[in-house]
Amino acid sequence: MASGVKPRVKVPKTAAAGDTITIKTLISHKMESGQRKDKEGNVIPRSIINRFTCEFNGQSVIDVTLEAAISTNPYFEFESTVPEAGEFKFTWYDDDGDVYDTSKKIAIG
Amino acid sequence: MKFKAMTAIAALVISTPFMASADADDDQLVVNGEIEMITKAPAPAHLADALDEVISGWHMRSDETQEMQADDFDNPAMIFVEQAQDDWNTVMGTKDKSCASCHDNVEDSMAGVRTVYPKWNDAKETVYTMEMQINDCLTDGMGADAWKKSGAKMARMEALISVQSRGMPMNVAIDGPAEATWEQGKDLYYSRTGQLDLSCASCHEENYGNRIRSDHLSQGHINGFPVYRLKNSKLTTPHGRFKGCVRDTRAETYKPGSAEFIALELYVASRGNGLSVEAPSVRN
Repeated sequence: MASGVKPRVKVPKTAAAGDTITIKTLISHKMESGQRKDKEGNVIPRSIINRFTCEFNGQSVIDVTLEAAISTNPYFEFESTVPEAGEFKFTWYDDDGDVYDTSKKIAIG
Repeated sequence: MKFKAMTAIAALVISTPFMASADADDDQLVVNGEIEMITKAPAPAHLADALDEVISGWHMRSDETQEMQADDFDNPAMIFVEQAQDDWNTVMGTKDKSCASCHDNVEDSMAGVRTVYPKWNDAKETVYTMEMQINDCLTDGMGADAWKKSGAKMARMEALISVQSRGMPMNVAIDGPAEATWEQGKDLYYSRTGQLDLSCASCHEENYGNRIRSDHLSQGHINGFPVYRLKNSKLTTPHGRFKGCVRDTRAETYKPGSAEFIALELYVASRGNGLSVEAPSVRN
């Protein structure tokens, strides 16, 4: 596992049914591009988050493919409508096979 | 006035309200909707001849950059603060101690600390930066190796300690035993260096608000340090920034942690007395 990886998300605790809310996500990750070389001239292997998804009650909200040019600590901000109470599930996929996930509940109120 | 003419051209081409004005804007900085920052204050007495008002560099930045600092989730520096929180609780060195072993909760024990550094250390009979104090804790208190001056670990620990003082006004002491060091720092501030023959004052006192290359010059306060710089996506310490500035005058720089930079840090910090601690701030 890449070191120091920590997902963070910000979702409102409540929303009115049918509301559009703003979701912010950030994961600390070095996003090594695979283009750089170390002091001895060896290529530093690519190690990035290559996919990010968000689901609401099992339904896809966003599904992103990340490429090597994306900078360290990738940040996503996007909107979602909230038809009902439920849970957002966020998943990040690492090149090395690791999967990081976190989830946030939202209530209707 | 070449500067003014260029600003006018930029304003015509880009035509945004913020860029049309070279001076600091009048926005209000409130972090997380609760910490109200003092970003403009009457100049401290020792600056009365040079400036009427001290203005945080936050006012010189674009609205987008300003907003990043107004919310901890959007402020990328908070990642480093979280990492430092882990360091705080990590046992290091031969004495089996963490920072928390002596200082407990960082929120309580470090509140207000950032506002008075650099400060005179009676026992060591010299002016101490926060960095020197942290390294003393590591080597003497914990039996661990000192951290690299202005290195990544040091910068994030300074950020964690500074966060506990956010919103409190800077208040470093410049009289008493610290005065000689402060005078040394003042001399350095006004000394021209390098092939470009620039002093700190050439830019940050005489030309703040004007443009240097494509960037707005601030008054150069360090109330927001360590600062997250968008250009290199990491934290920069005061000494790291000083080094960059001196290098930009095309001079040989002093080293981070040198007596010269310690004196300069004290003097520059005192110029910002009255401004809120903003660290970790977000800048270009």
